Amino acid sequence: MGILEVKNVGKRFGGLQALGDVNLSVKENTVHAIIGPNGAGKSTLLNCLVGKLIPDTGSVMFDGQSVLGRTPYEINQMGISRVFQTPEIFGDLTVMENMMIPCFAKRDGAFKLNGIRSVESDAEIRDRAEAMMEDMNLAEKRHMHSASMSRGDKRRLEIAMCLAQEPRLLLLDEPTAGMARADTNNTIDLLKEIKQKRDITIVIIEHDMHVVFSLAERITVLAQGTPLVEDVPENIKGHPKVREAYLGETAAA
Amino acid sequence: MLGLNKKDFTLLLIVAALVVFAPFILNPFPADSAMAQFNAGYPDLMQRFVIFGIFAIGFNILFGLTGYLSFGHAAFLGVGSYSAVWMFKLLSMNIVPAIILSVIVSGLFAMLIGYISLRRTGIYFSILTLAFAEMSFRLAYSVLTPITNGETGLQLTLDDPRILGETATATGSIPVTNFFGIEMRATEVMNVGGWSFQFNNGYYMCAIVLLLAFYLAIRIFRSPFGMMLRAVKSNQQRMNYTGLNTKPYTLAAFVISGMYAGLAGGLMASMDPLAGAERMQWTASGEVVLMTILGGAGTLIGPVLGAGFIKYFENIFSKINEQVLHSWFHALPDGIENAVVWVLEHFVGSGWHLTLGLLFMLVVTFLPGGLVEGGQRLGRLLRRKDAEKKTATQSTPAE
Repeated sequence: MGILEVKNVGKRFGGLQALGDVNLSVKENTVHAIIGPNGAGKSTLLNCLVGKLIPDTGSVMFDGQSVLGRTPYEINQMGISRVFQTPEIFGDLTVMENMMIPCFAKRDGAFKLNGIRSVESDAEIRDRAEAMMEDMNLAEKRHMHSASMSRGDKRRLEIAMCLAQEPRLLLLDEPTAGMARADTNNTIDLLKEIKQKRDITIVIIEHDMHVVFSLAERITVLAQGTPLVEDVPENIKGHPKVREAYLGETAAA
Repeated sequence: MLGLNKKDFTLLLIVAALVVFAPFILNPFPADSAMAQFNAGYPDLMQRFVIFGIFAIGFNILFGLTGYLSFGHAAFLGVGSYSAVWMFKLLSMNIVPAIILSVIVSGLFAMLIGYISLRRTGIYFSILTLAFAEMSFRLAYSVLTPITNGETGLQLTLDDPRILGETATATGSIPVTNFFGIEMRATEVMNVGGWSFQFNNGYYMCAIVLLLAFYLAIRIFRSPFGMMLRAVKSNQQRMNYTGLNTKPYTLAAFVISGMYAGLAGGLMASMDPLAGAERMQWTASGEVVLMTILGGAGTLIGPVLGAGFIKYFENIFSKINEQVLHSWFHALPDGIENAVVWVLEHFVGSGWHLTLGLLFMLVVTFLPGGLVEGGQRLGRLLRRKDAEKKTATQSTPAE
């Protein structure tokens, strides 16, 4: 039994069957990649996991509990954090403030009317935010407006914010999309380091095969809303069905 | 100090000094000089400065922090005023129960309107609040006449029960509002040379409330709650995916700012015990938006400055009339004098809104951060000049 169990999930947008009949099982403490050509339903599947979309059929279980019908913030509080394709951070706030918010969310829950005590006097939160910034090489930028950082730093900050919540499952939606090769390699190293340091399950959606094959322990190939194959990377590379889905070659050719 | 850092505490001290010495600061010209009409140091106007300051501080907690632009905040001010006047009619002329009731009632009212309006964001939220406020105005103006006394406005009468006070004074008049016996309308006049400074109990009552309200606003701005409100403005998507529920945060901000408005309304009624529906009209809601933006939305001191600025212009510019203009320009040849007066009279008196509109346009175009940004730029300019002077003196020996 994996930490994330997706069973018979289907989602239809009008006449388009975005997801057919998806089954997916992600084992705890592994890196699981979901790949597939454009329009394969990767992002739809991810949105079903985090509560942005509700699938028409099937079930999504996280750690034995259903996530269906819960709002994104409830699902997040269960232990699922999400990194977006374009970094979603609090652009008007400083890096330090950006780091403190998930620390508050972790400690105080979805809402707490804490209107009198000053942020500065909360040593526990400050220490946690500082430690996480130190860990992620963001400490020198702590007073910077996060909107003015480079894209790579924004991505790093977003991942740091997710990790500050100590999630059990981290979802990454094309974390290297639009990045230069050097930045991509940095991100790969960063994710490897994260995986080494902590017990965390990572599900990654990615276009870039270089990223996928350097990180993933298992790969699911999605095409036209249904999983084609699921296997270890070595077996995916030369798999005829995958080549067919990506390159449009027929199996016979 | 007081749980504030040094910078915020200094700001609080500056505001405290400004309101305590306002009777002097706002009265720079001798009473019988030609410039005396620019004096603003009389009780009525000073009370309005601080009351609208409180209103704008509260509005800024919603608009400045979360970015939700409410166009219906005058409704809460009106509700506060009505509640206070009812307290004066039924309970006693002490302002404390009246103000407490106005804060509670406007808070509940804000919760109702906020709960519905906050289902939408952006322009739709603004329109919803505008619609609710206009509805409240119409209700107060006609439908709810038994409670609000319609277009006449709610007033005290000689046969109100006032169960803890007296229905009428010994001399047969309506009793006056007081704070445990201290009469709000009592004014001490100090004559120094040609100047006459007025110290009014009601004004100092309002000033104390303003300082408390300002202090509370600083605490909210610096608290985790305040940070969450800024996060709401910055990125709601990230909020949701960080396990935070944005709805109660925005609703709490809405209710708090509604309570500030109710407090302002209650104080207004405490200074002058009557309440009219026109206080709830959309123009009044628009005014607080102007005050906040003009002063600097999202800054601590901005709304207070904006409120003072607009109320000063409203009262001083609207008093200037044709005769005054003629007396200013009588040195010019007749034809030119008439032409100048003809142009300027459209900008003063009842036309002062034109001046306000122009100023607002200038501020929004050239100082998007409001008067606060203007002050900051001025400060930077002076510091640069200072630095240049220093480098200039340092370089002279080398020549």
